Amino acid sequence: MAVVTEEPKAGFRLGMLIYDTRYRSITIQIVVLFLVMLGAAWLIDNLLRNLAALGRGIDFGFLWNRAGYDINQTLVEYTNDSTHARATLVGLLNTLLIAFLGCVAATVLGVIAGVLRLSKNWVVARLMTVYVEIFRNIPLLLWILMIYTVFTEALPAPNAFRGENPAASMALFDTVAFTNRYTAIPWLVFDRSLGWLQLGPIWLNLDFTAIIVALVGGFLINRAILKRATRIQEATGVRPTTWWQSLLALFGPIIVLKFALGTHFDYPSLQGFNFTGGLQVSNSLVALWLALTLYTAAFIAEIVRAGINAISRGQSEAAFALGLRPGRTMSLIILPQAMRVIIPPLISQYLNLTKNSSLAIAVGYMDLRGTLGGITLNQTGRGLEAMLLLMLIYLIISLTISSAMNVYNQSVKLKER
Amino acid sequence: MKQSVFLGTLAATTLFAGVALAQGTSTLETVKARGELNCGVNTGLVGFAAPDASGNWQGFDVALCKAVAGAIFGDASKVVYIPTTSSDRFEQLTSGKIDFLIRNTTWTFSRDTDLKMDFVGVNYYDGQGFMVRKDLGVSSAKELNGATICIQTGTTTELNLADYFKANNMTYTAVPIETNAEGEQQYLAGACDAYTTDASGLAATRAAFADPENHIILPEIISKEPLGPAVRHGDSAWGDVIRWTMNALIAAEEFGITSANIDELATSSQNPEVQRLLGTSGELGKMIGLEADWAKNAIKASGNYGEIFAATIGESTPIGLARGLNAQWTQGGLLYTPPFR
Repeated sequence: MAVVTEEPKAGFRLGMLIYDTRYRSITIQIVVLFLVMLGAAWLIDNLLRNLAALGRGIDFGFLWNRAGYDINQTLVEYTNDSTHARATLVGLLNTLLIAFLGCVAATVLGVIAGVLRLSKNWVVARLMTVYVEIFRNIPLLLWILMIYTVFTEALPAPNAFRGENPAASMALFDTVAFTNRYTAIPWLVFDRSLGWLQLGPIWLNLDFTAIIVALVGGFLINRAILKRATRIQEATGVRPTTWWQSLLALFGPIIVLKFALGTHFDYPSLQGFNFTGGLQVSNSLVALWLALTLYTAAFIAEIVRAGINAISRGQSEAAFALGLRPGRTMSLIILPQAMRVIIPPLISQYLNLTKNSSLAIAVGYMDLRGTLGGITLNQTGRGLEAMLLLMLIYLIISLTISSAMNVYNQSVKLKER
Repeated sequence: MKQSVFLGTLAATTLFAGVALAQGTSTLETVKARGELNCGVNTGLVGFAAPDASGNWQGFDVALCKAVAGAIFGDASKVVYIPTTSSDRFEQLTSGKIDFLIRNTTWTFSRDTDLKMDFVGVNYYDGQGFMVRKDLGVSSAKELNGATICIQTGTTTELNLADYFKANNMTYTAVPIETNAEGEQQYLAGACDAYTTDASGLAATRAAFADPENHIILPEIISKEPLGPAVRHGDSAWGDVIRWTMNALIAAEEFGITSANIDELATSSQNPEVQRLLGTSGELGKMIGLEADWAKNAIKASGNYGEIFAATIGESTPIGLARGLNAQWTQGGLLYTPPFR
C-alpha cells in the first residue's frame, strides 16, 4: 500500500521557524551563531576601543622597520640591518628546522621503541617500558632544561682546547669538537660556488640544491635501470648485467659535481675565543632536538604498539605458516596494516612536536617565538600584533603538516570498494 | 581555522578587556583606596631589588618604593613587591598590575612615546659594560672580536651590543637569556666569554659570585642608560607623586637632611626651602594631593638619596659602585632637582 504524503499547501508563516521541526534546528543554529558573532564583535570592539584609548591601534608597520638585533643561528642571510619581517622569517626557518629534525628522529626512535616494547625478550621489553614511562610522565620543559644544563656544565669550554697540554681534545681524528656552546663539525665548502638564487624572500643555495638533485636523480635513474632489467628478465629469462650502470647512475653525478664545484671539507680550528671554520651546531639546537625527540618518541612508541596490537594474531600466524621469519612478518605483514591505525594519532604527535618547539626560548634557541614573539615583541612593544601573527603562523604550519599527513593517510588507509 | 583565530582573538581580547577595567580612576586614588602600593621591581638583582635572607625586599630600587609608600601612607611598609622580568615589565605596567615600574629600566624615546609610558626621572645614570673572567686575558671590549656573549633578551642592551660590534667591525655570537640568574649560570659555566648588561647590574651580579675577584668589568661603557621609574602615560598626577618623591630624596641630600637629623630640622631649620620640603611651612603636600609631611615620611623611609646609595650599592657594600655621575651637581655629578617652591 502506497502512502502518499502531501506537503501541506499552506504558505510559510513566521511562527513555523519555532514550531515546525523542519525549521526549528536551523533557527536555533542561526540564533546561536548570531549570538556568538555578537559576543565576538563586542570583545573585538572592546579591544579596539581600549587600544585606541591607550593610543595604540593595531599596526603591523613595525615589521618593515630595522630589527637592530643579531640572531645566533640564521639559515638565510640576516644582519642587524634587516627588517623585523626578515627576523621573523629567520625564526620561522629555525622553527621548521627543529620541527623537521624532531619529527624524523622521533618517528624512527618511536617505531623502534614501540616494536621493541612488544619484544618477547623480557629485558628489552622492560627497558622500553621504562623509557616510555619516564619520558612520557615528566614535563618536556624539564627535559629540555636538563639536557641543556648537562651540555653546558659537563662539556669543556672552547678555551679548554687551547695550549700545549689542553684539558680537552677534539674527537674523531681531530675533526669534531664538543664544547659547552656548540659542536663544531667539518663542513663542505665550494671553491667554485654556484652562488645563491633568490626566490621571493627565500634565498636558495644552489650548491646544496645541485647535490640534492644529483642524489635524487641518481636514485631515480638507478630505479629505472633496475626496472628495465626486470622487464627484460621477465620477457627473455636473462637478466642483463646492471651493476656498473647502477654504480655510474648513483655515484657518477656526485663525483662530477665534486670536481666541478671544487668541493672539500673545511675543518674547525680554534681561533681567538671560539672555533672557526666548519659548521657550529649550537647546543641549544641539539638539546632541544634531543629532548623533543625523546619525549615525542615515547608517545609515538605507544601509538605504534597500539597499532600493532590492533592487528589480529591470525595475520602473524598466517605469515609464520607461510614460512616468513618474524622480522619480515613485522615489516611486510604487520606494520603495513598497522599504519592505518598509527597514522591519525601520529599526525597529532607531529603537531605537538612542532608546537612544543616554541619551548626553545628556555634554552635561547632563536625560533619563531624567540625572534617575533621575543625580541621583536620586546623591542617594538607591539605585543598584540606580534602574538596574533605568531598564532597565525603556527596555525598555518600545523594545518600544512596536518593536510600533508592526511594525504598520506588516504594512501595507506584500508581501501574499501 | 576560523574557529582557532576566533578563539585566539577571544583570549587576547579578554585580556585587554581586563586591562581597561583597571584604568578607570586615577592611580593615586586607587592606591589610597587599596591601602597598598604595588611596586614593580627586578626579579632579583642584589643591591637594586632582591629579597634578603629573611625574605624582605632590599635595595636601591626598593628604597624608592618604600619612600613613595611613606609619602602616600606615612608608612613605608605598605608595599607589595611584584617581580617583573625584562620582557613582561611593560605589560605589567600598562595592564595596571603594578602602579609604577622601578626595575633598572632605561629611559628611551620609543618607550616614552610609542609604548605609552612616562618616565618621571632618572634615579641612576648607568651605561652598558662587559664582564669577563680575568684569566681570559682581555682588558678592553675592543678585544672581544669573535666572542660568545650572554645577553638578557628584550633589553636595550641587545641593540647597543649589535651597534657596538658593528661600529668596531667585530663579530660575536649572542646567547640570549631570560633572567639575570640564568645569565649568571651560563656565564659561570663558561657557555659565554662575556656577560653584558648595565655596569651597575654587572657589579651587582659579580658581588653575588663565590669568587668575585676572578672577574673584571671592562672599562668601556658602550651606551647611555639612564635608569628611572616609569608610570602609565596619561596620569600626570600620579607621575608627579613619583617624580617629586624621588626629587625630595635628592634634595634632602643636597640640603643635608638625613634620617638622623630630619625630625630636628623639621622644627628648627631656618632654610625656607627645607621648611617647605618638610611641610613645616607652605602647602606643597596639598598641591600634590598628599599630607603636609609627605616628603618627611618619604625621606624617613630609608634616608636621603646619598644614604640609600651608600647602604645598598655604594663603595662600602659588596657591590662597590662609586657615585660617579650619580653625585650631586654640587659634587660634579648629574643629580639636580628642580626647586621645591
